[in-house]
Amino acid sequence: MPRITVTVDGVKYEEDVEPRLLLVHLLRERLGKTGTPVGCDTSNCGACTVMLDGKSAKSCTVLAVQADGCDVVTIEGLGSNGSMHPMQQAFHEEHALQCGYCTPGMVMAAIDLLRDTPDPSEDAIREGLEGNLCRCTGYCNIVRAVRRGAQEMGQAVRTQ
Amino acid sequence: MIPAQFDYVRATSLSEACQELASDEDAKALAGGQSLLPLLRLRLAYPSKLVDIGRLPELSGVHDRGDHVFIGAMATHDEVMRSGVVNTECPLVALAAATVADPAVRHRGTFGGSLAHSDPAGDLPAVVLALDGVFVARSAEGEREIPAAEFFVDYLESALRPGEILVGVRIPKLGAGWGFHYEKFHRTAQAWTIVGVAAAVRRSNGAIQEARIGLANMGPTPVRARAVETALQGMELGDQLKQACQEADADTSPPSDLHAQPDYRRHLARVLTHRAVRGASGSP
Repeated sequence: MPRITVTVDGVKYEEDVEPRLLLVHLLRERLGKTGTPVGCDTSNCGACTVMLDGKSAKSCTVLAVQADGCDVVTIEGLGSNGSMHPMQQAFHEEHALQCGYCTPGMVMAAIDLLRDTPDPSEDAIREGLEGNLCRCTGYCNIVRAVRRGAQEMGQAVRTQ
Repeated sequence: MIPAQFDYVRATSLSEACQELASDEDAKALAGGQSLLPLLRLRLAYPSKLVDIGRLPELSGVHDRGDHVFIGAMATHDEVMRSGVVNTECPLVALAAATVADPAVRHRGTFGGSLAHSDPAGDLPAVVLALDGVFVARSAEGEREIPAAEFFVDYLESALRPGEILVGVRIPKLGAGWGFHYEKFHRTAQAWTIVGVAAAVRRSNGAIQEARIGLANMGPTPVRARAVETALQGMELGDQLKQACQEADADTSPPSDLHAQPDYRRHLARVLTHRAVRGASGSP
């Protein structure tokens, strides 16, 4: 069984994994990172989105062995010192969720979008989140939250 | 669903990867996994072994090679759509790569992986066919070049032989005077292209001198719309352009599935080809 080393939310793990183990199952069942849900099972919905070496990836469509040596950030690794990440806070403030199942993936995809587009237009947000499905909200509040999160994050950068 | 069991080898060199694939006919190469893993999860494929070629340096990057651009098989869609040399020298490839699935899939999915997968509903096969790309494949016997016109054999079947790995694709630089457009009709980001049209058009003195048109999902392989290419030669933009594009579905055999029946796909091919040619001609 291959042995992999992977850093998840800042903690390094060494794990023996079956080749067919998916990254999302490693995260949830072995490392207890249940903040990342499994949604559609077919890489359509984006609920399982995490950052893999700094870029968004759907963790249901990555083998754990492919993540060997990589740095993974899940929704659980975003906050610091008990406070939410500005994007999480913005989703909270703007009521950008109902059932909440898609939210971890939405937040990760939104943060990924801001890497290149720190001040995205509504169109850019809708394009940037095209790989993430929400079946409750109709997206309006999500788009609003991403705008707000982007502004907050921009503020955070400027005041540093 | 959980994939069926398989062995896993991460190849440390291209020759090792070729050997691993040649020694086991049920082994399969793993690139970014964005097409293969869903197939494994749905249990539509049962490889005995996955040979991970995702980290091989020989297959990476985008390279300017004088008269052509060499796109390494493991260059991701994200890398390709942002590449300066691709955007300058073969922008049609960048335009189409930017429409593949969604950002997260484009971070992992590879140029070579989606071509070797040879799905006629893929966007890149039609583009590489339209641009007369040349596929470079490696096996224990050495290197082989395969013209795009011979690469796509049948549904999900390429000309790659067992034990052969796609190293990359040479995209010829077309030079000045060419315009490009990729027109895609699909329902959602992740849904397959119902019909896609890749167009490259060279104009001078107000008339089309040469056109190359590749169609996605109009048969078991990507196809060129040869009848339209011929009809467009010497044509000026205007009403007759639309007429010429009425032949876009000639000699195609579009599939029937949940998204569209063949007659609807034929209609789409005609309409989208007209849009793509106009777009590539710089006409709104």
